[in-house]
Amino acid sequence: MATVEARNLTKLFDQVHAVDGINLLAQEGEFLVLLGPSGCGKTTLMRLIAGLERPTKGDIAIDGKVVTDLPPRARNIAMVFQSYALYPHLTVERNISFPLRAVGMPKGQIREKVEWAAQMFGIERFLDRKPRQLSGGERQRVALARAVVREPVVFLLDEPLSNLDAKLRNSARDELKQFQRSLGTTTIYVTHDQAEAMGLGDRIAVLNQGKVIQIGTPQEIYGSPMDTFVATFIGSPPMNLIEDGGTWLGFRPEALLPKEVEPDGDNMNFRLRITRIEYLGADRLVYGVIEGRTPEAHVISKIPTNIRTELAAGQGYDFVLRKQDIQRFDRHSSLRLNGGAT
Amino acid sequence: MIDTYTTAPNRAEAGLLARFADNERWLSRVMLAPAILYIVLLVGFPFLLSLFYSLSSVTVASREIHFVGLENFRRIVESGTFWLSLKNTILITVISQFFVIVFANILAMALLVDFRVKWFVRFLVLLPWVAPISLGSIGWLWIFDSIYSIINWTVRVIGLFGPNFWPIWLGQPDLAIASIIIVNVWRIVPLATVIVLAGLTSIPKDIHDAAAVDGAGFWRRHFQITAPLIMPITLVALLFGIIFTFTDLIVVFVLTRGGPYDQTQVIASWAYFTGIQGGDLAGGAAISLFLFPVLVAVAVLFLWFARRAEVT
Repeated sequence: MATVEARNLTKLFDQVHAVDGINLLAQEGEFLVLLGPSGCGKTTLMRLIAGLERPTKGDIAIDGKVVTDLPPRARNIAMVFQSYALYPHLTVERNISFPLRAVGMPKGQIREKVEWAAQMFGIERFLDRKPRQLSGGERQRVALARAVVREPVVFLLDEPLSNLDAKLRNSARDELKQFQRSLGTTTIYVTHDQAEAMGLGDRIAVLNQGKVIQIGTPQEIYGSPMDTFVATFIGSPPMNLIEDGGTWLGFRPEALLPKEVEPDGDNMNFRLRITRIEYLGADRLVYGVIEGRTPEAHVISKIPTNIRTELAAGQGYDFVLRKQDIQRFDRHSSLRLNGGAT
Repeated sequence: MIDTYTTAPNRAEAGLLARFADNERWLSRVMLAPAILYIVLLVGFPFLLSLFYSLSSVTVASREIHFVGLENFRRIVESGTFWLSLKNTILITVISQFFVIVFANILAMALLVDFRVKWFVRFLVLLPWVAPISLGSIGWLWIFDSIYSIINWTVRVIGLFGPNFWPIWLGQPDLAIASIIIVNVWRIVPLATVIVLAGLTSIPKDIHDAAAVDGAGFWRRHFQITAPLIMPITLVALLFGIIFTFTDLIVVFVLTRGGPYDQTQVIASWAYFTGIQGGDLAGGAAISLFLFPVLVAVAVLFLWFARRAEVT
């Protein structure tokens, strides 16, 4: 267990700032998620922490000690790769024990450790198989077992669930969270999937163009985004942004509801001309244009299916928005202006 | 009843060439024909001819052919030169291929890293393979020359050995074998390097990264991860090298002509000297047939590994 700290960390690839002066501190035992669109530098940041890349500037500290000049093997970290990176010519047993053999642990102790790790992930019966004889989910467990087996101070997970099919991903997410809780090891997790980030992270660091835009709990990131990038990157569908004087007016799709749901109160009223309706089972997504605004304001309303108001495309309806659900962003800096709802 | 049913269907007509090109049955035969013709005329026919010659008494001078059974083989097996040639062939192949694999691995790993003049180094590495064997061997003939040898002069100028040290590279049997091995290594290394390099680049970067994070240093990474992963393709390089070295006569022919006193004769060169230069076609054919079982074994292994590499 240890803290992981990036201090003014910068990495240049051919004059491009892949990581641009990042300061970040992962607390002891924390599950920190690095979230961002592809190319935002999240994987590079993780590789810098692992020691697989050398920073152009800045330092990395693990447990308060600067490790910038140490090779990966001296950092006592474990990493799980998106491809799992299992050694294809070695059996599962050999794969898991590889880090232990590398540090010259005695044979008996290795066997104990491998059994412990294999049991944790329920892969005891695969120990004699080769990775190619395993399914995607089984391979992912082997990769996790290999990471856990030598009890590192930090786990680095690089999109470990993205190669699993959707159903398996949900249960794997759940298991991942549980085993991290029980081990209490500081974990840094890279993903571009916001549902994964929301579900797993104690805190989320949202990255864009090599910079940390916002760091906070999932509730903070969703409820009070720092700027319009975070506002539109987090949430599906993204936050509605409409021009209003010198500011962007932002509100979540689920905050915009038909007027009959909430006829009274301190609300903002809109006349919405509906262009398209999508039924998603639990919700309806209503795409529309707010009438009487220039330029045209396209918005999305997310209505739970249990609100049964009759709506049809091509028609105009009255919609309401509670004032407390409204956030404002500066038109030029795109930064958040008011406190808003949290 | 209805007119449209009775009219001829409006079918799209393909041109003659297009119809032929779309006919896989015929196209495959035509495409395969040159290769089959080549094998039959330049491999199959000479092979059967040498089988026939080896059982006869044919010479360059006589047109009469008598069947003599296994007489030629008896003669060969009883001669000391045959056993020496066989020993030399195996010795040269084994030692040269050992160094080929070692050097090819080192070069391939060096070429995997990015550096400024990489294209030039790659060009230099490939040069021995592109150059005709005979030209390269003649170059080496000068390098090993008894009077002008650049190796000897360099060593003397540096003063590494005493004033009486002057090896006759191609004149002393052990040094002559060493020279032949050196030229064979020089000749095969480029091909092996390219093959091993292909194997190295096929290993995903994640595997190396995982090993680095898992605590493996350079040697552990190389011998426990990289080497086993490129083993199948390294074997392909090795089998190529064995075939090229085992059957080669040009290097021996140019450097030593089998001398001194047949001490550096290999099976291929001895077959040539006996059959073509000595005129004993039957004897030469019989000698060359001794290459056959070894090459069959190597070819079978080759195909087996190629298939295994495909599956994994």
